[in-house]
Amino acid sequence: MLRLTLRNLVARKVRLVMSTLAIVLGIGFLAGVLTFSHGLGATFDNIIEGSTSDALVRTEGEVSFQASGAGTTKLVEPQVIERLRELPEVEAADGSVDGVGAYLLGEDGKLVGGTGAPTLVFNYYDSVNVAGDPILILESGQWPDQPGEINLDESSAERGGYEIGDEVTLLLPVGELRKTFELVGTSNFNGGGTAGATLALLETSEAQAVFLGGQDAYTTVALTAADGVSQTELADAAKTVLPDGFTAVTGQKVIDESDEQIGQFLDVIGYFLIAFAVIAIVVGAFIIFNTFSILVSQRVRESALLRALGASRRQVTWSVLVEAFFMALLGSTLGLLLGLGLSRGLAAVFRAQGLDIAGEVLVLTPTTVIAAYVVGIGITMIAAFVPARRAAKVAPVAALRDDLTVQEKALGRRRILLGTIALLVGAALMGAGLIGAPGADAAWIGAGAVIWVITVAVMAPVLGHPVLVACRAAFDKVFGTTGKLAGENALRNPRRTGATASALMIGLAVVSAVGVLAASLSATNDALVDREFRSDFLVQSPSFQGFPTKIGDEMEQVDGVGTISRMQGSVALVKEDQDFVMGVDRAFARIYELDMVRGTQDISGDQAILSESKAGDLDADVGTQVPVAFPGGQTVDLEVVGIFEDTPITGGVTMPISVLEDAGLRRNDSTLSINVAEGADVGEVQAALDKVVEDIPVVTVQDKEGFSELIKGQVNQLLFMIYGLLALAVIIAVIGIVNTLGLSVIERTREVGLLRAVGLSRRRLRLMITLESITIAVLGAVLGLVVGLLIGVALRQSLSDDLTELALPLSSLVVFLVIAVVFGVLAAIVPAVRASRMKVLDAIATE
Amino acid sequence: MTEQPTGGAPDGVAASAHDLVKVYGTEEAEVRALDGVTVDLMKGEFTAIMGPSGSGKSTLMHCLAALDTPTSGEAVVDGTSLGRLKDKALTNLRRDRIGFVFQAFNLVPTLTAKENILLPLDLAGKKPDPAWFDAVIDAIGLRPRLGHRPSEMSGGQQQRVACARALVSRPSIVFADEPTGNLDSTSSAEVLGFLRRSVDDFGQTVVMVTHDPVAASYSDRVLFLADGKVVDELREPHRDAILERMGALSDAATSKAG
Ligand SMILES: Nc1ncnc2c1ncn2[C@@H]1O[C@H](COP(=O)(O)OP(=O)(O)O)[C@@H](O)[C@H]1O
Ligand SMILES: [Mg+2]
Repeated sequence: MLRLTLRNLVARKVRLVMSTLAIVLGIGFLAGVLTFSHGLGATFDNIIEGSTSDALVRTEGEVSFQASGAGTTKLVEPQVIERLRELPEVEAADGSVDGVGAYLLGEDGKLVGGTGAPTLVFNYYDSVNVAGDPILILESGQWPDQPGEINLDESSAERGGYEIGDEVTLLLPVGELRKTFELVGTSNFNGGGTAGATLALLETSEAQAVFLGGQDAYTTVALTAADGVSQTELADAAKTVLPDGFTAVTGQKVIDESDEQIGQFLDVIGYFLIAFAVIAIVVGAFIIFNTFSILVSQRVRESALLRALGASRRQVTWSVLVEAFFMALLGSTLGLLLGLGLSRGLAAVFRAQGLDIAGEVLVLTPTTVIAAYVVGIGITMIAAFVPARRAAKVAPVAALRDDLTVQEKALGRRRILLGTIALLVGAALMGAGLIGAPGADAAWIGAGAVIWVITVAVMAPVLGHPVLVACRAAFDKVFGTTGKLAGENALRNPRRTGATASALMIGLAVVSAVGVLAASLSATNDALVDREFRSDFLVQSPSFQGFPTKIGDEMEQVDGVGTISRMQGSVALVKEDQDFVMGVDRAFARIYELDMVRGTQDISGDQAILSESKAGDLDADVGTQVPVAFPGGQTVDLEVVGIFEDTPITGGVTMPISVLEDAGLRRNDSTLSINVAEGADVGEVQAALDKVVEDIPVVTVQDKEGFSELIKGQVNQLLFMIYGLLALAVIIAVIGIVNTLGLSVIERTREVGLLRAVGLSRRRLRLMITLESITIAVLGAVLGLVVGLLIGVALRQSLSDDLTELALPLSSLVVFLVIAVVFGVLAAIVPAVRASRMKVLDAIATE
Repeated sequence: MTEQPTGGAPDGVAASAHDLVKVYGTEEAEVRALDGVTVDLMKGEFTAIMGPSGSGKSTLMHCLAALDTPTSGEAVVDGTSLGRLKDKALTNLRRDRIGFVFQAFNLVPTLTAKENILLPLDLAGKKPDPAWFDAVIDAIGLRPRLGHRPSEMSGGQQQRVACARALVSRPSIVFADEPTGNLDSTSSAEVLGFLRRSVDDFGQTVVMVTHDPVAASYSDRVLFLADGKVVDELREPHRDAILERMGALSDAATSKAG
C-alpha cells in the first residue's frame, strides 16, 4: 500500500508541485515571520545587553528610553563622579552626556534614517558592559578626542555618504540649530548593529558644550563593578554618595526596563505579522483541501479497483493521508527554507523603514522548525481528511463503471440549513458587539466575522451561484459559445469552483474590511483636521520631536506673522502614571478657543486644564490638585481650573509652559501655531516661514491641506503595508486557481479533444479556460468584498468613538475586482497553454 | 496549390488517400500502422472500413479527417490537400467540412442535446438552416429530448445526437469510428438506419470504421484493411459475403503469425 502511495506521488509530479506550493508558501510565511520576530528580539537583546554597564546613576523619576522632550537640566557634577570612583566597590565611573532629539543630515542634506529610529548623541568613554566587554567597537578611524570631532556608527556614515575626514552636520534640539563636525571614525554597538538607530559620538567637552550649554557636568554615570562586587552591592554603595534627586540602578534593572518597553513594541510587530501568516495558512488549507478533493474524485476508479481487490476503507483512507503527509513534509521543509529567505526580505523592508536587523540573527530556531512542521503537517492532514474519507466511500463496483469521475454532489439541504444557522449566529455575535454586550465590542464582532468568513467559504457553492450564473450569461453574450462553455464549466462542479474561490475570498474579505477601516480613518482625520486645525499654519516635526526655540524666534520676525503660539510636550508622571503633558504659552488662548465643559481655559502659575476623558481617568474636577512629577525628580501640584472637551489640539493635561521650565526641563518647542496678520498674504508668509526651516528637514510648516495630506499619507503607508502582507494570501489563492484549472483540464482531456475535433480553435480553447478562471476569481472577489465590507462596517461601528466617520472605499473595491480579474487571467495562462498543446487525437484517445 | 477547388470534382471523390504511410515509434519498436494506402472515397456513398483489430482502420480515418498527420503520402478532403495546412486552417476545415461521430464520449456534458448539435455551427458563428435542422432532428427522432443533457439520455440516444451534430453543418464528409461499438443491437440499428437514410435521402457522404459485419452491411462499399494496407473491397455487400472475407483475412493473419 505504501509503495502504491509513493508511486502515486511520483507519477503526479506537476500536481504535487502545485499543491505543495500552497503549503510551501503558507509555511514559508509562518517560518519567515517567526524567524524575523526572533531576529528582531535578538537584535535588541544583543544591543541592550551589550550596551548596558553594571550600574547606572541617573536622576530619580527618569526611565530608560525616554521617548521625547529635551530632558532634565539636573546634572551630575564632576565631584560626584570623583566620589564614586573612590568607592572600593567601583572599578570605573564614567560620566555620560546623552542628548536626545538630534538628527544627522546626510551629505545631500536629507535626514539619515528618516524620522523613525532615534539618533543617539553622547560623549565617548571606554566603559564596559555587564559582560565585561567594551560597549562600543571601533570599526574604522579613531574615537573623537578633540572638540569638533565626531564618530558615527558604520551604517549611518554609509547611508549619509560620509567618508572619514568629511564634514558632518547634526541638527540639534536645543541651542544652536545646526552644527558641523569632522568625521574621524566609525563604530558599532558591541552586539552588532544599531537596529537602525544613529549613533553620534562626540568628545566629552564638545558634548557638554552642545547639550549642556558648556557646563562641566554629566547627565548619567556608567559604573563598572570592582572584582567580586555584585550589581546590587555596586548600586547600593553608589547611592551612599549621591546627592538628592539622583539614584543608582543595577544594569539588570536597566535591561529589564528596556526589554519591557521594547518587548511591547516587538510583540505588536510579531502578532501583527503572525496574523497574516495565519491568513495565508488558512488560505493554503483551502487549496490543499480542494486539490485532494479533485485528486480523489479523479482516482475514483483506482480507489474502487483497490477496494474490489480487497483493500479496506481504512487502507484507502490511509493511502490518501500518507500521500498528504509526504506532501506536507516536503512542503514544510521547502517552506522553512523559503521562510529564511522571506525573513531577510522582511528585514530589508524594515531596514528601509529604519529598523536595522543584522543577517546573523535571522536563523531558524528549533521552535520555528517545530512550529513549521507541526502546522504544515497538521493543516495538510486536516485538509486532506475529508477527501480521504470520501475516497474510501467509493463502492468497489465503481471500478466497472464507465464514467471516469464521480460528480461531486451539490451541497445538501442539511448543509445549507447549517450554513444559514452559522451565518445567523455570526450576525448575532456581531449584533451583540454593536449594541455593546459585555466585554470588548471588537472581540464579539471579530468572532462573528470569523464565523462569517468560514461559513461563506464553505457555502460559496450556494452563495456564489448567482455570481456564476451572471458570469455565464455575460460571457455568453460577449463571447458566444466559447463564453457559454466557460460559464458552464464553472457551474458544472459548484463545489470545486466554490472551494477554489473561497481561498481568494478570505484574502479579499480581509482586504476590504481593512479598506473600510482605513477609508473611515482617513475620513475621520479629514473631519477632525477640518474642525480642529484652526491656525493658518502649524510648525511641527513629523515625529513630534522637539526643536530649538530659535526657530520660533526667527518666525516671529517674519513679516505678516500675526500670532504665534508655542507648545512644549514632555513625559511626566501624572498621579504616578506615565503620561505626556503639554505646556502652552499665553498666545495659545488667542488662537485656540477650547470648548469648555466647566471652568476656564485661562491658566497661569501652577494651574492646569484637563480634557474631559483625562479628568475622568484621574477622577479630577475643577478645583482638584493634581501632582505631576517631571523628569529630574521635581513634583508640582497643579490646580485644575478647567475641563475641556477632548481635542487633538492639545494634551489631556495642559499647563503653562513656565511650569515645565520651572521644573528644570530645558526649553524647546514641539509645536508652533501661527496665524497671519490681517491683510497679509498667506502664500507669501508661508514661503517666508518655509525659508526659516529650509535647512532643517525635521521641521515642516503646514497649512490645513498639507497637514491633511501628511496624515493621509501615513494612513496609506500602513494600508499599503497591510495590503503587501495580504498579497501573499492572494498569491496562494491564485495558485489554487491554477491548480484547480490544471486538474480540471486533465480531467476533461477527452472533452477538450472533442471540442477541438468539432472545430474549437486553440485560441478559443485558451479563451474558454481563461474565462473559467476569471469566473472563479470574480466569484472569490465578489464574495470576499461583500463579506469584508459588512465586517468592516461592523468593526467601524464598534470603533465609532475613534472612527467617527464611516467611509466606503468604493473605488478601491472596483480596483480590487479588476485586479482579481487580472489574477484570473494570469492563473489561466499555464492551464490554458497546456490544454491548447494537447493533440486533438491524444485527447480523444485518452481512456 | 494547397487550396484546390472545393467540391464538384468531376470524378465525385469526397476524400482520398495517396500512398499514405503512418509510422509509430522508432527502430525496434517501429509500427507501420498505415503502409501505403491509396483509396478514393466517393461522394454520396456510405463506405465502411473493416479489418482485424490493429489493422490501421482508426489511423486511416484520423489521417483523412485531419485529426492526425501521416508520416508520408497525401490526404485530400473535398479537394483540399491536408498536408500543408496549419492548425487554424485544419480547425476550420474540421468545423466546416467534416462531421465526426466517435465510439464514445461524443457530447459535451454541460450542453443540452440541441446545443451539442449546434456546437460546430455556433463555433463557426453561423446560423443553422431551419429546414435542414428540422429535417435532421426529425430523422433522428429526438425532438422531445432536445433540452436534455447527455447524462439524461441513453447511449443510443447520445449517439444519434452525435450523428445529428455531424450532419447539421452539411459537411462534405462524415467520419464515424465504431459509432455502434458501445450499443446494443436495437440502438445500433437506429443509429445505422439514420446514417443510411442520410446518404439516401440527403445525399451525404459517410465513412464508417467498424468491425461488425452487421453494421458494415448497411454500407454501399466495404474496404478491407490488413497490416496497414487495403487488401480487398466489396460493393453492395451482404452480411454473409462480409463474414466470409473477414474470415479469410483473420485466417491469413493467424497463419502469418504462426
Ligand atoms: N499513438 C500510437 N502510438 C503507437 N502505436 C499506435 C498508436 N496508435 C495506434 N498505434 C498502432 O498502430 C496500429 C494501428 O492502430 P489502429 O489504427 O488504432 O488500429 P484499428 O483501429 O484498426 O484497431 C496498431 O498496431 C496500434 O498498436
Ligand atoms: Mg480502432
